[in-house]
Amino acid sequence: MDYITNGFREAIRIIFSLDKEFMDIVMVSIMVAGTSTLLATVAGVPFGILVSEKKFTGRQIVLTLLNTLMAMPTVVVGLMVYSFLSRRGPLGSLGLLYTRTAMVIGQFILAFPIIAGLTVSCMRGLDRRAKMTALTLGANSAQAFRVFLYEARFGIFAAVVAGFGRVFAEVGVSMMLGGNIRTYTRSITTAIALETSKGEFALAIALGIVLLTVALGINILFTLCQKRIR
Amino acid sequence: MTRLWLMPIIVMTLLALPSLNANGTEETLRLTTTTSTYETGLLDYILPPFEKKHNAKVHIVSVGTGKAIHIAMNGDADVILVHAREAEDKFVQDGYGVNRRDVMYNDFIIMGPKSDPAGIASVRDAASALRLIYEQKRTFVSRGDNSGTHQRELKLWKQTDLTPSGAWYLEAGQGMSATLRMADEKNAYVLIDRATYLANMNNVRLVKLLEGDPLLVNPYGIITVSPYRHKHVKYELAMALVAWLTSPECQKMIAEYKKMGQQLYYPNADKTDM
Repeated sequence: MDYITNGFREAIRIIFSLDKEFMDIVMVSIMVAGTSTLLATVAGVPFGILVSEKKFTGRQIVLTLLNTLMAMPTVVVGLMVYSFLSRRGPLGSLGLLYTRTAMVIGQFILAFPIIAGLTVSCMRGLDRRAKMTALTLGANSAQAFRVFLYEARFGIFAAVVAGFGRVFAEVGVSMMLGGNIRTYTRSITTAIALETSKGEFALAIALGIVLLTVALGINILFTLCQKRIR
Repeated sequence: MTRLWLMPIIVMTLLALPSLNANGTEETLRLTTTTSTYETGLLDYILPPFEKKHNAKVHIVSVGTGKAIHIAMNGDADVILVHAREAEDKFVQDGYGVNRRDVMYNDFIIMGPKSDPAGIASVRDAASALRLIYEQKRTFVSRGDNSGTHQRELKLWKQTDLTPSGAWYLEAGQGMSATLRMADEKNAYVLIDRATYLANMNNVRLVKLLEGDPLLVNPYGIITVSPYRHKHVKYELAMALVAWLTSPECQKMIAEYKKMGQQLYYPNADKTDM
């Protein structure tokens, strides 16, 4: 039991002393997960709106695909992207394997279906009457659509938060594509895996606390958004 | 209006992207290596002078020897530091690597439960010890990841003419420290390099039971990835790293690196057999 209490004590010290190694790792996670979420938002939200609002053939297939990809195992994404980015692969000349960019690409693939998919469900769950009311009040269709989007803002925000939660906590893609390189691609999750295998729990626990805190924060945000939708 | 608020996000993203991989003005060199050399902290100790001198950053990807070699064959590494002589020679012969140099050595040992149910402490050679474990079906945790340690283990099994299999033979598929921890949890036998043993001896219950067999010597070599095979590799910087690791200065640092008051690696670049 001793090593757990000692680990916790040391972990608290690491967090409050803003230990260099600890901060480096947290920064890598925030930077990579932040960038991939940002990109997935820029691509996923318009995509989700498009899929929910436009009628086109194959729409059901797209929806099914999005839902399937939402639960895509991270190691499968890691494997796919790895085989493309390796020097032996089709995109090998870019030299992207074991870089932060590679991690962002993998995480983008994880976050995009979540953000797009949740945007679709949020748009579909909206009360159409807002749009109708706007139209009857003399708004043109573009203006009415804007009212509609405004109604959706909390749902879309929740989708983005869910996407961030997924990539921030994933380990498969980060490990396989980033390579767990110190101060460069070592994220919170890959560092925890390494430290635990080394039997050094203090740093792992400190990072675990950060991860849990972020997860808690995300959940609170998510719940708040859900409440605003209701 | 809706598009307007998107603009700053897009601009921010475009600005953020180039800085994503920025690591100052330093050149980076990718070294794939074994889990043991990295996890024992040796590389963090001997690389900073090199990085400072060449204004470079060494990106270490620590995996097993088998995977380290494989990554280099694909061209995803500039230089490798590994320990499986036969695989290393094949790597060079097949034209993937050039200029293999000895760097250092230590040895493997066999650890197991203090009670030593298979009674291996009474024998001198590793093959006999494995035979005892096999005959009594005592739990043995193998790396199972084609690492240098795993390749050595398979070589030892070959000596016994036995093929290990069954519920007692566990293939972990993980790094050295993780495998040791698994063996510790399962009270099992395990083949391990001395450096990882010394770095962990105080936080596991398993004890050292066998050492000193000449077949357990564990030499490490550094090999530059061939620029003929992969044009993009940083050949000159990789050669500079080879020169540093085999320099008297760095060799002295390797000899001085200690855990629990004991030397982890023995430098041997001067006795090199290029």
